[in-house]
Parts: sequence; C-alpha cells; structure tokens
Amino acid sequence: MMLDIRRWIQIVATFLSNAWLMFPFTRTIYQGKLKSICVPGLNCYSCPAAVGSCPLGAVQTFFANLRPSFATGNYHIGLYVLGFLGLIGSLVGRMPCAWLCPFGFMQELIHKIPSPKIEIPRILTWVKYAALVFLVVLLPIFVVDFLGYGENWFCKYLCPAGTLQAGLPMIYLQPQLRGLLGTLFTIKLIILVVFLLAMVFIRRPFCRILCPLGAIYSLFNKVSVFRMVHHPDNCVLCKQCYRDCPMGVRFYEGANQKDCIRCLQCLRKSCKYGAISYEVAGALPVEKKHPVKQT
Amino acid sequence: MEKSGYKISYFLLVLFLILMVMGINLGEVEAVLEKAISICLSCIGIG
Repeated sequence: MMLDIRRWIQIVATFLSNAWLMFPFTRTIYQGKLKSICVPGLNCYSCPAAVGSCPLGAVQTFFANLRPSFATGNYHIGLYVLGFLGLIGSLVGRMPCAWLCPFGFMQELIHKIPSPKIEIPRILTWVKYAALVFLVVLLPIFVVDFLGYGENWFCKYLCPAGTLQAGLPMIYLQPQLRGLLGTLFTIKLIILVVFLLAMVFIRRPFCRILCPLGAIYSLFNKVSVFRMVHHPDNCVLCKQCYRDCPMGVRFYEGANQKDCIRCLQCLRKSCKYGAISYEVAGALPVEKKHPVKQT
Repeated sequence: MEKSGYKISYFLLVLFLILMVMGINLGEVEAVLEKAISICLSCIGIG
C-alpha cells in the first residue's frame, strides 16, 4: 500500500525534529546551536535525538523565570516563542498538528492497531484549554519559590511526550539518573501508559483532550490565512468526513472548528460531493469554486 | 469568505512577526538555547 503525501511529510518532520543520531555514542542530548530554534510540534528538547526546542517547554520556562528575568534587567517574557507560535497559527492554524507533530504522528500509528474504537464526550476536548491556562501560564508565573523561580508545570507533572521521548531514553542512557527516580516519575509513567492505551481505542486522545500546543494553534483556526470551507448546499450529511477524521471532527457542522487539524483527509478521501474545500487568503482552489452535487 | 475577512489574518501575521523580532532583539533566542542544551529533569520526571 502506498503512503500518502501527509504520511511522508510526517515521517520527514519526525526525523528532522530528531536528527541527532549520535546520541547512542555521546549518551546525552544534542547541544548545538539549532536548539535555539523551536520546532512547530510537540517534541521534548530533552529527547536525546532532538535538534530543536519544544515551544511549549520554552514558553513555560520564560513564564517560570519572569521574576528573576525582570530582576536582572533582561525582560525576557517569551516574545520570541509566542511570536513564533502566533505566526504559525496566523498562517495555517492547527495544521502543524496533522503534518509536523511527531507525537500526533505516533498517535495515528498506534490507533491503527485493530481494536474496538470509541468516541470521547465532547466536553473533554475543552480540558486542553484549562491545561493551557493553568499549567502553562498561570501556575508557572504565580507559584514561585523564595528566589522567584516557578516551574514548568505541564512538562513536570503531565506531559507524556516528555516521559516517552526524554525520560525513558535518558534513564537508559545515563544510569546515574535511575537513583533519582521517585513518585513523580511513577505518576508520569502511569499517565504515559494510560495515553498509550487510549491511543489504541480513541482517535488522537492527547491532541484532543490535553495538548496545550494544539489549544494555542486552535485559537487561530477561524482567523488564519489558510481556512477550510464547507459548502452546505453540496453536503448530503453522509458523515463520512466524521468517520474518517483523525480528530473526530464533524465537519458537516461547520468548517474551522477548534479540533480541525487541516489534515485534508476529508477533502482528499471522504467527501464525494464537493462539500469541502479550502481557501488561502480568500482565494478558493479553482476546481472547488463551483462544486457540483453528485447523486 | 470574502477577502475582507482576512484583514484580521494579516494583522495577526504582522503582530506576531513583530513580537518574534522583539523577542529576538531582547536576546530570547540565547535564553531558549541555554535552557534547551541542558537535560530538563522536570521533563524527565525527576526534578
């Protein structure tokens, strides 16, 4: 079976985000200049193969260090990372989740394991916004130690990507770390196992329920330069788009919903009625300007 | 969607580009690098 273009791009993006293949010999993480550049997807910068920085980890670090930064006159508030995320969001909304995020890619692969598939209650898809507000913004800024330093709450207490991509490889590569493992690591390991199991039965559970990075990008879905378009006159409500969607989005209820990751699966494979298209800066693709309803 | 509906997109693009450039000028790229080249014990579940 031939892989489609999105799969190839996911493979290439995963490799490019984790291209430091010397780690089995160095037994530590990549420490070159590329680490100053954020990658668009969730990819822990403590993964031994990672060559870029996770924007979510980076922005939490800025928030956690706000007070010391101001005290020393640096005034680092994370504009570089926030600007980077906003720039991507303004251009394509949540598209990086579908095409560039290694953790999203892994979830899609695991979901291919044959099993009964279940749907999650829609209300759970709002949890990621709470994670964004509290674990990424408020708690790192306001819960600080006596020196004024906060913590990366999402990374430290929740992120299963960090446990998988960084925690497990690093305690294998650096045996001295094993002596430091405690309750926190056990809890994070349980969270990882729960999500890994959930990925078998549920479409992209981490992206839909918990990912604050996806939550940030989703804020731009309705205002980005790239937008999906629904043609209700052509829609026969067959719901094939919903059945094929890796995020369980009901496209027939409206385009550019918060969980649409613009994978274009619905456009390319599901809809036979010309009810789905996209536009870039208001210009529709020519072949979709006058869709014809098929019967 | 009419093209006028994209004014907000262009505004956001320019806004976030300016923010990113401001961050770069404030030396935040070096701050990201400084953090990212150390093993994040929090991410691992130790710190």
